[in-house]
Amino acid sequence: MWLFDKDLWIEIFHTLGKNMLRTFLTMLGVIFAMIILVLLLGSANGMSNGFNKLFAGTASNSLFVWGQSTSEPYKGFERGRRIRYKLEDADILKTQIPEIEVLAPRIELGNHRGIVTVYRNGQTSGSAVYGDFPEIDNITKKKLVEGRFLNQTDIESSKKVCVIGEETYKLLFDKGEKAIGEDIRINGIYFSVVGIYKPNNNINIDGENAVFIPFTTFQKAFNSGDRMGWMAIAVEESTPVPVVEKQIKDILKVKYDIHPDDERAIGSFDLSEIFNNITAFTTVLKGFSFFVGIFTLLAGVIAISNILLITVKERTQEIGVRRALGATPKIVKRQIVVEAIVLTAFAGLVGFAIAVGILSILNAMWGSGDDFPFVKPMISVPQFVISFVLMVGLSVLIGLLPANRAVRIKPIDALREE
Amino acid sequence: MIEIKDLHKSYKMGSNVLHVLKGINFKVEEGELVAIMGSSGSGKSTLLNILGMLDGADSGEYTLDGVPIKNLSETKAAQYRNKFLGFIFQSFNLINYKSALENVALPLYYQKVPRKERQEKALKYLERVGLKPWADHLPSELSGGQKQRVAIARAMAAEPKVLLADEPTGALDSTTSYEVMDLIQKINDDGNTILVVTHEEDIAHMCKRIVHLKDGVIVEDKKIEQVRAEQYV
Repeated sequence: MWLFDKDLWIEIFHTLGKNMLRTFLTMLGVIFAMIILVLLLGSANGMSNGFNKLFAGTASNSLFVWGQSTSEPYKGFERGRRIRYKLEDADILKTQIPEIEVLAPRIELGNHRGIVTVYRNGQTSGSAVYGDFPEIDNITKKKLVEGRFLNQTDIESSKKVCVIGEETYKLLFDKGEKAIGEDIRINGIYFSVVGIYKPNNNINIDGENAVFIPFTTFQKAFNSGDRMGWMAIAVEESTPVPVVEKQIKDILKVKYDIHPDDERAIGSFDLSEIFNNITAFTTVLKGFSFFVGIFTLLAGVIAISNILLITVKERTQEIGVRRALGATPKIVKRQIVVEAIVLTAFAGLVGFAIAVGILSILNAMWGSGDDFPFVKPMISVPQFVISFVLMVGLSVLIGLLPANRAVRIKPIDALREE
Repeated sequence: MIEIKDLHKSYKMGSNVLHVLKGINFKVEEGELVAIMGSSGSGKSTLLNILGMLDGADSGEYTLDGVPIKNLSETKAAQYRNKFLGFIFQSFNLINYKSALENVALPLYYQKVPRKERQEKALKYLERVGLKPWADHLPSELSGGQKQRVAIARAMAAEPKVLLADEPTGALDSTTSYEVMDLIQKINDDGNTILVVTHEEDIAHMCKRIVHLKDGVIVEDKKIEQVRAEQYV
């Protein structure tokens, strides 16, 4: 097997090594191509990772459902009737639709997106006030700066506690002031602060200036009875959100006597759609990077072939001598092809190493992903293997060109006096 | 060793056909040192190329050491060249990025001789041409005479049946030419068959037989009294 022919390798490394400048110049194209390929792919991966990190903590397969007003008259009801859900709907939906993993009902003070004045020691803040269940944390995770989020005990004993946003904290407290354990006043009722959260670049559903209190406390404090404002629903991973969305709407439409064709009465927002769009975007970006990179690589390999063609012409005399001394066409061909492979593979590895270095620097500088969706820009092993195999495969094909040219040189022509 | 019968060769030059060899017949025995002479265009280089299997004849027979040389594929020709023939060129044709030793070892590489043995053999032949101390030098670091001696060592390294020298002294001054001829004579003294193409009378007279070519035919073929080159060195 020629692959293990030590002499062939010595001969090739010798030839390449003794022509360092030529070898280096030949390799430049592929080195740059590999750098571009790896940088593009790595950046696309980094972006994809960045988005993933951005949405970490948000259940991607989820939706929100709230009540609006009807747009069709139905069963004696006029159009424009406001739909208000009851807390029992949560249980009804959960039992009837097993695909629902988490259902967190929420109620808010004031109207939808209503702002309520929150007082503390003479300082005030216009905040949204929500009555929540701890389950909401499984759908949109809060990044807590201090303290804790609402828990089951808070719900069970209707504790007068609250979790506030960082913005709310800034408005109600002095800088550096301790907030945990302090009381804030909403509609004349005092709530003790147990946690402060920070917006986490997430899909921002709640805003930064918000106060969360236990749902049960909300019911008692603000006398909301069994009303429910809206629901955050996480759907099991394998089920598409629109399927569940339709089931939910169908159930609610029957329950609240809504015209089956009424599109407006039930408001909903499918979060998975955004995620799917972003996933599609990053996939396209990766595909595009790969496409561009591979063609750049092709150009680099063609450059190698081109230079080998020139060197074959330059080496006419040498090849002639070799053939006069007994090199068969096969040996000459093999030498040129293997030279092409070695050049490409080595250049590819050099380019890869440089690109990985650059990516590491980029990662060290911006890889935290705090300001910018760019986390761990690096190419994956399969991506590397595919591009490397493709590259070497191309170099074999393209090495055949100069190799055939070399074989076509007749020793007699090569040795003839200039 | 070499037997040629009625060899013809012509080249197409545009619409003209140039009949270069018009029926060559000759025989070379083992151990001969033959000079092939002729002015340029006489066909001497063409004859050598055919003898060297670098070119094919149009018609005629060519037998080398009992093996008929006819319709060779490129691969077969390369193998025969490697096995039967050693080439010495006017312009030396050393590979410029290989050291003297590596140049000499090259035909052995194509014979698939193991590396170590190759090196030893190459060194032996370099010693024989008096260039052992220059083994690691590149051709660019050698004089013309030294280069030709490396080329001779390379031609001999594969231990061929016949050495073919195409104007071996053509690029050398007369003193160096005689040194090279001295070496060729000594190799011949050891029993090697050598063919030398030359147009220089004095070089031809250092061989043992002169074949004179003119317009594609042998006009003269005579054995001569060999002039030893040693006396001029």
